[in-house]
Amino acid sequence: MQVQLEEQHSAVQEYVTFSVADQVFCLRINQIREIRRWSPVTILPHAPHYVLGVMNLRGAVIPIYDLASRLGLARSDASERDVVIVVNLDGNLLGLLAEAVSEIISINPEEIQDTPSVDSRDTMEFIQGIISKNDQMIRIVNLNAVGFPDKDEV
Amino acid sequence: MSSSIQDTFFEECEELLEAIDEGLTAIDDGNWDGETVNAVFRAVHSIKGGAGAFGLDKLVGFAHTFETVFDGLRSENQKLDGKLAQLLLRASDNLSDLVVEARGGKPADPETHGAVTNELQAYLEAEGLGEEVDLSDFQPMVLDLGFTDDQPSQASFLIRFRPHATLYDSGNEPLFLFQALAELGEIDVTLDESRLPKLESFDHEEAYLSWEIRLTTDKSEAVVDSVFEFVHGLCDLEISEEVAGSKEDPGLDTSVDASSVKDNSSEHTKQSSNTSTPNAKASAKPDAKAANSTLRVDLERVDRLINTVGELIINHSMLAQQIHNLDVDDLRAVENELEAFKSLAREIQECVMAIRAQPVKPLFQRMARIVREASAATGKVTRLVTEGDATEVDKTVIERLTDPMTHILRNAVDHGIEKPEARLAAGKSEDGEIRLTASHRSGSVSIEIRDDGAGLNREKIREIAVEKNLIPRDADLSDSEIDSLLFLPGFSTASEVSNLSGRGVGMDVVRNSVMALGGRITISSTPGAGTVFTIILPLTMAVMDGMVVSVADQTMVVPITSIIETIRATEGAVHCLGPKENMLSVRGSFVPIFDVAQVLGLRAESRDPLNAVFLLVETQMGGCGALAVDTIHDQRQVVIKSLDGVCGETAGVAAATILGDGKIAMILDPESILAEAPAAKALA
Repeated sequence: MQVQLEEQHSAVQEYVTFSVADQVFCLRINQIREIRRWSPVTILPHAPHYVLGVMNLRGAVIPIYDLASRLGLARSDASERDVVIVVNLDGNLLGLLAEAVSEIISINPEEIQDTPSVDSRDTMEFIQGIISKNDQMIRIVNLNAVGFPDKDEV
Repeated sequence: MSSSIQDTFFEECEELLEAIDEGLTAIDDGNWDGETVNAVFRAVHSIKGGAGAFGLDKLVGFAHTFETVFDGLRSENQKLDGKLAQLLLRASDNLSDLVVEARGGKPADPETHGAVTNELQAYLEAEGLGEEVDLSDFQPMVLDLGFTDDQPSQASFLIRFRPHATLYDSGNEPLFLFQALAELGEIDVTLDESRLPKLESFDHEEAYLSWEIRLTTDKSEAVVDSVFEFVHGLCDLEISEEVAGSKEDPGLDTSVDASSVKDNSSEHTKQSSNTSTPNAKASAKPDAKAANSTLRVDLERVDRLINTVGELIINHSMLAQQIHNLDVDDLRAVENELEAFKSLAREIQECVMAIRAQPVKPLFQRMARIVREASAATGKVTRLVTEGDATEVDKTVIERLTDPMTHILRNAVDHGIEKPEARLAAGKSEDGEIRLTASHRSGSVSIEIRDDGAGLNREKIREIAVEKNLIPRDADLSDSEIDSLLFLPGFSTASEVSNLSGRGVGMDVVRNSVMALGGRITISSTPGAGTVFTIILPLTMAVMDGMVVSVADQTMVVPITSIIETIRATEGAVHCLGPKENMLSVRGSFVPIFDVAQVLGLRAESRDPLNAVFLLVETQMGGCGALAVDTIHDQRQVVIKSLDGVCGETAGVAAATILGDGKIAMILDPESILAEAPAAKALA
């Protein structure tokens, strides 16, 4: 009994939920390095539309993506109230612009549902799965798809 | 066996291989004397000795054969001709392959190894030195850490010496005895005054003192004892030999190991090659090298230091900006100190960068080998001349230049240099010449590769470019534009793939690797007289002087090295040419204007050139352009932050930097801005 409980416990993963273009998304907590307030970025010339620019994170130059724009939602106008979620992607840091970070939730793997089949190829690619919680749909962001754009897309 | 000793051996090997190469090149040039041969012999010998200690039999075997050849040359019984010199050069190449193999790298080509070994053997037999090559004669000496008694090694004696009062009576003085001991070796004297009584009971005729002396010497116990010959019976004397290493860890320390390796090996060859005097030199040489006061430091530590100094400089500019913003009347004193801080930081930085700087000599020597191999494969005779070997370049640059330079040199031999008959027919000397020159040039390093071959076949280049749809058939190209076609991706002139240069790697790869180092490569060619490749690299990879400018509300930095002058346009200085192009008149000549904001896609509309400030820039190709920016702020030193991993290659932008206010600014690449714009025009 004890063992079973522990096993169950270890399978539970913590996710950080946040909102982008009025939709709720989440990322596994260990993918996130830190969360910062938005501050104006430096424009990166000839960058794709979803790249807002670069910012200085303690001496490192990191790119900031507009997550809404990346996911094909309405492009957000970054403001002081927004946050930047700094994630670690294979050793490279990347900042994702989000409207607000809400909470940390613990999720059992069984609770994760496959992304329902939809027309949009982008959506299928960027959303790894969904979680239903308190009548809300929480979308799990596929960080690899977001972080590494296809060659032809650029 | 500690692997760190082995690492040291391999590091030494690199230096030794360099020395061998250097000597052999001198021999090949006919510019040598007996000392040159000796130097090479010693280097080969040291490699053999070290390899023997680590049980690297294959390396030992080859080094021995190689060394035997030199032994013959050294005794001056043999003549050294060009053919032999070539053989020796190939042998040295093979030796360096074997070292790589022994180190766990790429295995040496067994065919080459066999061929070279056989040729060396054949030579030795022909010269009557054959019996020396018998390898069974050479037993690799495995490092023995226990010191054997028959070796004249250092011994340590512990001497307890307590003089009686009578010793002083007869006029003896302990100090003189100690001085005599000091002449035998190193002594360490400890005074034991424990028997000294209180002053009131002190008898001035009594002897209270005793000494303990530790003597390290190569003399025997009898010799030590003889020092006390005249005081026997007048003192308590005890001489005992301490067993070496008994006090310390039996493993001993590295330096002892290394020296014993050398001793053992030179000792051994004395028996096998029957020449004793030069062997003494062979063992003396590495020791002299050890005295050279250099320090091997982990590269990572140096890099950390460089980064930290970079942060220090950023920090300085932040501080300067903060102070500047303060609303205080008299800041002069603070600003003076700040200026001093800046120059100190700059000095530290220069020192740190100098640690990474390395002469290009090893790179050039590696290239000599490439030329040799390429010449042998194509049946051409090519001589490599190097100049400016001592020019120092960042270590990373040297490492990353190897591949591009190899490619250029192979091409030069394969396509550039003509066959001997063709050269003679063209009225040139039979031997082709490739000249490698390194030099410092106003804040950058220039490396030139010049061959005296046939030059580029422009018609053929053009034809191929048209065939491969790289240029339109009717394109009107200048000579230098045609030459630059070589750098286009997908261009390869070899109509048949030769196993030498045509291996799918084009000149575009060469150009990309040079550009990745922040450098440029240019080509120029004169038909019949040869081709010159010029690689221009930045001196440092971390910091540069830049001019801070504003472009469409963004702060950007332009490298100072590319700016010739700054110009504010006056009425009548800007002239339209065609529908969109503007030209700036600079003292009678017209220079095309590039609106930076437009080129970078930050602003769609071209602005009124009269409100702009122009930076007159020159490219390495000799092109000129005027970059239009909004305002110029100041000039300062900036730390280069690579954009690798942030985004792909961005046209017009070289890297980024962090300004005093903590914001990031793009560092512009004038060359690519100038290159970008005409290309866009040509397409439109």
